[in-house]
Amino acid sequence: MRSMLKGLIAVAMACTASAAWSATLDNVKKNGVLTCGTNSATAGFSLPDNEGKWTGFVVDYCRAVAAAVLGDAQKVKFIPLTPKDRFTALQSGEIDILAHNATWTSSRDMSLGILFAGTYFYDGQGFMVRKADKITSAKGLDGASICVTQGTTTELNLADYFRSQSIKYTTVGFADEEAVVKAYEEGRCDVLSADTSTLNASRLRMAKPDDSIVLPELISKEPLGPAVRQGDDQWFNVAKWTLYVMVAAEEFGVTSKNVDAMKSSDNPNIRRLLGVEGSIGKDIGLGDTWPVEVIKQVGNYGEVFDRNVGKDSPLKMERGLNALWNKGGIQYAPPIR
Amino acid sequence: MSDFSLSVQPRRSLSLHSTKVRGIFYQVLLAGSLSALALGIGIQTVSNMRARGIPLSFGFWNESAGFDINQTLIPYDTLSTYGQAFWVGVVNTLFVSLLAILLATLLGFVVGIARLSQNWIVAKVATSYVEIIRNIPLLLQLLFWYNAVLKPLPAPKWSIEIPGGIYLNNRGLIFPEVQLHPGAGLVALSSAAAVICCIAFWFYARRVQRRTGRQLPVLSVSLAALIVFPLLMFLAAGEPVSFIRPQLHGFNFQGGHQLYPEFAALLIGLSVYTGSYIAEIVRGGIQAVPKGQTEAACALGLSPGKTLRLVVVPQALCIIIPPLTSQYLNLTKNSSLAVFIGYPDLVQIFAGTVLNQTGAAVQVMAITLAVYLAISIVTSLAMNAFNRHFAIVER
Repeated sequence: MRSMLKGLIAVAMACTASAAWSATLDNVKKNGVLTCGTNSATAGFSLPDNEGKWTGFVVDYCRAVAAAVLGDAQKVKFIPLTPKDRFTALQSGEIDILAHNATWTSSRDMSLGILFAGTYFYDGQGFMVRKADKITSAKGLDGASICVTQGTTTELNLADYFRSQSIKYTTVGFADEEAVVKAYEEGRCDVLSADTSTLNASRLRMAKPDDSIVLPELISKEPLGPAVRQGDDQWFNVAKWTLYVMVAAEEFGVTSKNVDAMKSSDNPNIRRLLGVEGSIGKDIGLGDTWPVEVIKQVGNYGEVFDRNVGKDSPLKMERGLNALWNKGGIQYAPPIR
Repeated sequence: MSDFSLSVQPRRSLSLHSTKVRGIFYQVLLAGSLSALALGIGIQTVSNMRARGIPLSFGFWNESAGFDINQTLIPYDTLSTYGQAFWVGVVNTLFVSLLAILLATLLGFVVGIARLSQNWIVAKVATSYVEIIRNIPLLLQLLFWYNAVLKPLPAPKWSIEIPGGIYLNNRGLIFPEVQLHPGAGLVALSSAAAVICCIAFWFYARRVQRRTGRQLPVLSVSLAALIVFPLLMFLAAGEPVSFIRPQLHGFNFQGGHQLYPEFAALLIGLSVYTGSYIAEIVRGGIQAVPKGQTEAACALGLSPGKTLRLVVVPQALCIIIPPLTSQYLNLTKNSSLAVFIGYPDLVQIFAGTVLNQTGAAVQVMAITLAVYLAISIVTSLAMNAFNRHFAIVER
């Protein structure tokens, strides 16, 4: 039903508003608020806290974009979206940017009218099973009922994987991530399948987290990233370089605490990053010090990771692939010059 | 009105003062501006979609879908196309709607008549059913059936066993699969023959009753024919039907058929909810039949049961059918709430997963709307035809 509504909104928006899309940056500046589509409830990634304030990894990315564009990380309006509705919401202009646990794939870039602006989290699809079932490998899942979220790459990978392994299974799909976890918890399914980050996050919120384990196998590559509408290169750049600035800041040791002191650094890389030298602001249509605002108000990539999903969070996820390129991972920012 | 103006102004003219011309003029104006509006919206939508790179074509229809669906009544697998996924959705929607219409109608008639019962307890039970069910939103009822009734059933390992190889657990109701061997065709043929015989006998009995007033035992003869014919053939052909009993193997039962809890929750929810409305329609219809009819039937010596069956219900039917039609339409449309309990209906599969995977929001929504519209129109037409058949020709 909700998707029907979203579809109708898409139609209505397509009918009424016209060429207002091309300049998302101007619109955001004019409105003074960034409208950001995020997950509805995924611990560590996007979750409202006790006071209703949104926190999490993708939430912080939105805040970083708001800090870059509006100079204030708090000027974000969060629109929680189910995986099923997220791309329609972006297409229709309901949101300015999509910061969801959405996987970057070729078909999404090519046929949905959207573009992914990078990868903020390298993930892979895994399986969660009950310890009592004594399963140690995904190959032992013959005949299992598997709960998945609709409209995700999870659904597609699952079909691919089990077909190639000739294993029989049945899916039970829900549009809402919470309904999926609930169905698993209540025993409707034997297996919960999602990106491992989501699995770990879901487990934390279960009544008995210790009854379940995540199997070691990853059956897919899931580069999760922000997405924007096609045809607005300026806004695409803002989305892309906000992320790169955070990664570069970590690489050069610039943190939310030392960013002001770093402005007087001798390192030309840092001076260019913080807008002391060069023209990182002008060409993109933002103020020269926008990276400073991002780092000061939100933090560098490593800070955001540790705070929300990494060692300083209840999730305690390893950096793994998400470590910087020079520290064993693949997070890498192109040169800022 | 037009007669009046013609009589005052007998000269026909083509001026705007003529009521007829004015009428046509405004009709054309209205129709023209409506189509212009529709055309404008269409053109604007297409150009906006093109500008934003949203797919415009229906090319996705023949692309491979790549996802699985648990309940498929027509052949479907991962390699099937989005078009086939669409048909799976349509069939699933029709399947649950038709079954629910059947159950809701049965339930509605029983409860509707029970509400008028002389028996205090029966009447009160029926009344409380109607009042409670009618006043709780359908979505809550569906969530109740799914989350509170069906999901707490035991896990497959501790299934509730029902004699005959049937198992009930939180994965659904699993029952033996019928396997046909050579000779099963003969059994089917004899069943068909039995049905034909029954119909012929029914016609014959009606003729006899009309001519002589004598009533033949239609029910018992039909039942006997329907049981004896196929049974004899079944034995003669060497019992050509066997059952594959479901076996617990690993996580779940293998072999046999499975009724998923999502389907059951939707079916029960829709039937119970719509049944309460139908009960009220039936009660209203029966009460609208003049009391004199019952009294006249009573005076003729008909039993209360026969009075109801032969005098009251046929007259009530023509009052009942039009509002019944709209309940059937409601039920079919309400089946789209399936999306909240994970039943793979048209909205969940097509307007859900397919829309999301292809991004073709406008096309998918347009097709989905068209399907519901088509189902509704067909239902209406069928019920109108049925109504014409039952309508009292002259009162």
